[in-house]
Amino acid sequence: MMTNYRETVCEASASREVALDVCELSVDIRTPYGTVRAVDHVSFSARRGETVALLGESGCGKSLTAQAVVGLLAPTADIATGSVHLDDLDLVKASAAKRRKIAGRELSIVFQDAQTTLNPVYTVGYQLAEPFRIHRKLSKKAARVEALELMRRVGIPEPETRIDSYPHQFSGGMRQRLLIAIAVALSPAVLLADEPTTALDVTVQAQIMQLLKDLRSEHDMALVLITHDLALVSEEADRVVVMYAGRVVEEGPVGEVFGSPKHPYTRGLLDSVPAGAKRGDELSSIGGKPPELHAIPAACVYQDRCPLVQDICRAEAPSDREVAVDHRAACHFSEKVGLL
Amino acid sequence: MSTAHPLLEVRDLTKVFPVGHGRHTRDLKALDGVNLEVRRGETVALVGESGCGKSTLARTLMMLERPTGGSVRFDGVDPATLSGSELMRFRRRIQMVFQDPFASLNARMTAGAIVSEPWRTHRSLYPSSRDRAARVRELLHLVGLRPSDAEKYPQEFSGGQRQRLGIARALATNPDMIICDEPVSALDLSVQAQVLNLLNDLQRELGVAYLFISHDLSVVRHVADRIAVMYLGRVVESGATEAAFGRPQHPYTTALMSAAPSLDHAKRGQRIILSGEIPSPLNPPSGCRFRTRCWRATDVCASAPPVEVDPVDPSHTAECFHPTNAPVASAS
Repeated sequence: MMTNYRETVCEASASREVALDVCELSVDIRTPYGTVRAVDHVSFSARRGETVALLGESGCGKSLTAQAVVGLLAPTADIATGSVHLDDLDLVKASAAKRRKIAGRELSIVFQDAQTTLNPVYTVGYQLAEPFRIHRKLSKKAARVEALELMRRVGIPEPETRIDSYPHQFSGGMRQRLLIAIAVALSPAVLLADEPTTALDVTVQAQIMQLLKDLRSEHDMALVLITHDLALVSEEADRVVVMYAGRVVEEGPVGEVFGSPKHPYTRGLLDSVPAGAKRGDELSSIGGKPPELHAIPAACVYQDRCPLVQDICRAEAPSDREVAVDHRAACHFSEKVGLL
Repeated sequence: MSTAHPLLEVRDLTKVFPVGHGRHTRDLKALDGVNLEVRRGETVALVGESGCGKSTLARTLMMLERPTGGSVRFDGVDPATLSGSELMRFRRRIQMVFQDPFASLNARMTAGAIVSEPWRTHRSLYPSSRDRAARVRELLHLVGLRPSDAEKYPQEFSGGQRQRLGIARALATNPDMIICDEPVSALDLSVQAQVLNLLNDLQRELGVAYLFISHDLSVVRHVADRIAVMYLGRVVESGATEAAFGRPQHPYTTALMSAAPSLDHAKRGQRIILSGEIPSPLNPPSGCRFRTRCWRATDVCASAPPVEVDPVDPSHTAECFHPTNAPVASAS
């Protein structure tokens, strides 16, 4: 079973119905204290019509991965290794002009904070029409018609009267709908959603996730959901990529990964969820905290918090191993995780 | 039922904020007849979406806002009638832990100074500086920090440790009740569990009561003895946690439970996804406030305020014409 998964995945992906293929992606951040690697050889892929979740706690590099994929890294961050394939095009090597053409049409992103992502000085109608005017070269009038249709599609009531309103005149849930509308305006093949519902209330979160799911099937999109919420992943995703300290520690179908986790970190996360625990029970928690980026331990990144740690974990980085069909984990002792 | 009066008893509490100027002033009813009880040493969770009045209720209980109507009794005394040194003594007994451990600690004070700051107001608690130093060490130990941490500044701590510091500060005045306003929602899952365990241990050790404000139902289910569900300025359902989760009466509670993502969603039945959002408290719907989003609403819901559901268990109350566990009445 000790196949080196990484080498096979990059070649194999071309043959499948893969819309987005991220391979060995690394991101370095330049800080005054030196360069740190915040994303380290991350690989995952997303097929059309599928929801893939990037799951991890704050600082694990999941948002940075998304930013690298869509090409929105801050000036202090660089892609150090790897490729991001959208069909045959490698986005890492593509020119800025080429990327601009693809942005919105092939690849789109929804951010967490609709409050700051929409431009407060333009009407929502103007912002919704923008993709149509820029990419499809539609006239203002025709673009406005499309914008109206889009508002209707994402469930904004009375679009005719709201189209000339400004973002601050909408509630948080409605602003998130607007943001999603702009992202899916040109029916992209891949939609990344970075914590799209974290700022929203539970009942509104359910509405937004339903909308994303509907749009996904309608346009046959690949949806990459970036989140820290295990329950949300369990409800919404087909596959899950668990990240820790900038690396993928486990990946596979959600039912499989959550049902029989093969990395102690995934197991620790699942055990920390209060669901099911009785009032007053001691919750199990992962001791310690994630490492700082400048002090990520050599060899296995999880060694300082791992209940299964052995000498080999401090000496040798675990390779990605296929632990079951389509399920891989980076742990020397993945077969022992079930006994924890 | 218990014979001793509850620690906190809230009856028909209303809080109205005037909005606008001059002739255009309108009343925003942030709280509209809230009833709530917290007994000694227990945890009551306050659940509801943003804008439902949870934070206004917390601020009113802390006496940061004066209630417009209704009554609050804390240990038998209405704090609104207190003033001067009596009010100060009341304030000692009820403390707060805030949501954001990054914004709620002063970056220019050491941990020791933060924890001992309440004693600069409540001077009689630990008059000698030796007592204060000893008590700081004790409090830090109690929340799982090291005594040497007293010299550190907040930014040297992680999010979870900061929240521990916030809890130590709340405990400094030996309160009877702590209002925890989303105390773990800014924390990562693995750290969240550590802080919840700490709150639990402290309650067992010190007998402090918690009013626990949260939107995370799985957390609430874990920490609370009883829950109160708020919607647009009113408590629409309250009861023992297991009863309210197991047999919710109010459609809003039912929808809330069903909308919350969970790990074992296979066990849950049909998911109810509410349409629309919480209406503006400036212009609440007539009759039942929830009727505009309710799938069970009929004409009667618009014309009269909802009635108390006939309780199976007197401690589990809800106000609704068409409670979820009853058949839908035909609109006649």
